[in-house]
Amino acid sequence: MSDKKLECPECAGSVELKADTMEGEIVQCGDCGVELEVTKGDSAFALQPAPEEEEDWGE
Amino acid sequence: MNKTLSVSILGGSGYVGGELLRLLLDHPRVEVSQVTSQSQAGRFVHHSHPNLRGRTDLKFVHPEAMTPCDFLFLAQPHGFAAGKIEDLTGFAERLVDCSADFRLRDPVQYKKWYGEEHPNASWLSRFVYGLPELNREELREARFASGVGCNATVTTFALMPLARAGLLTRVVVDVKVGSSEGGARPTDGSHHPERSGAVRSFKLTGHRHQAEIRQNLGAEFDLNFSVTSVELVRGALATAHCFLSETLEEKDVWKLYRQTYRDERFVRLVKQKTGIFRYPEPKVLSGTNYCDVGFELDPGTDPQRVVAVAAIDNLMKGAAGSAVQTLNVMMGWDEAEGLGFPGLHPL
Repeated sequence: MSDKKLECPECAGSVELKADTMEGEIVQCGDCGVELEVTKGDSAFALQPAPEEEEDWGE
Repeated sequence: MNKTLSVSILGGSGYVGGELLRLLLDHPRVEVSQVTSQSQAGRFVHHSHPNLRGRTDLKFVHPEAMTPCDFLFLAQPHGFAAGKIEDLTGFAERLVDCSADFRLRDPVQYKKWYGEEHPNASWLSRFVYGLPELNREELREARFASGVGCNATVTTFALMPLARAGLLTRVVVDVKVGSSEGGARPTDGSHHPERSGAVRSFKLTGHRHQAEIRQNLGAEFDLNFSVTSVELVRGALATAHCFLSETLEEKDVWKLYRQTYRDERFVRLVKQKTGIFRYPEPKVLSGTNYCDVGFELDPGTDPQRVVAVAAIDNLMKGAAGSAVQTLNVMMGWDEAEGLGFPGLHPL
């Protein structure tokens, strides 16, 4: 099974999923760095932003 | 690989001259023939540039002792080359002048921003502005190229994708800069007790680099530009508040920046959701030829606001690095020759 490319929901960058990717896995977008959770709809994989820890940048 | 090109630096004791020398000594296709300095003539170049100790036994020669070479870099203060360009071009087939003397193509604009007629105005159109990301094709055919203004360069890279898309209506940009922008010659203002810890509003209106930015971007928009000197030696960070003619989504802005810089080896998009360095940061670019570019869209604003950010090492991408990249383009070489240093971390 070949690797698959999906679109990052944050920046529309290309995110490559390895052939052995599993549902629930966390992958990172190489462009914007967001961590994404691999979900599975009817049959195909999809990506959604994973819960992230917020940092207080002095606000 | 045989070193084939004889290169000299006229005015090599300053910071830009030192950076040119550092880069050219490691360039696989050139041999540095002469480095001139009126004040340092006869001294080893490492007397002015201690990082080059042991890397070369070159000594500064007096400018009057300069001999012809294949390619000449001018690293003199502004105003030096403008009146002497006929003579200077007699020393080399091709040259890059790192000063501001030949950056503007329009003599009217030169007079407006530099306060006097250009002494060789007919030469302005013979020079190509030496930023390969803007003028690559012209530079391939050029014999004469200008250097770039560091503040103009960093601002140009921040704005270019939005300007090319015709989206800019109004821009308010402040560039934070390091002390090396002021050059190697000390002044009252650079005296350590005065300069250390200072956050100095350097030029709130009327900065000359505005003319370069307008020339580079070729777009009509309201440009408000200021420069603030901060506690850095190297580095420039442009923060540009851009008000757009259309409402966009963040993905649209990503697309514009990707399209513009996709094939550029020295421009990187930095807009990270995680980590310490989420946006462009001059610190990690010290000594490199990179320009890092990022942005953030302010949702719900009308007109739409995008804050565009870009960072460079002012002595590199903002001066010597772009000049060597320009040399590579003019000679038909790999654009990245001699410019591979990726920087240091931590620093």
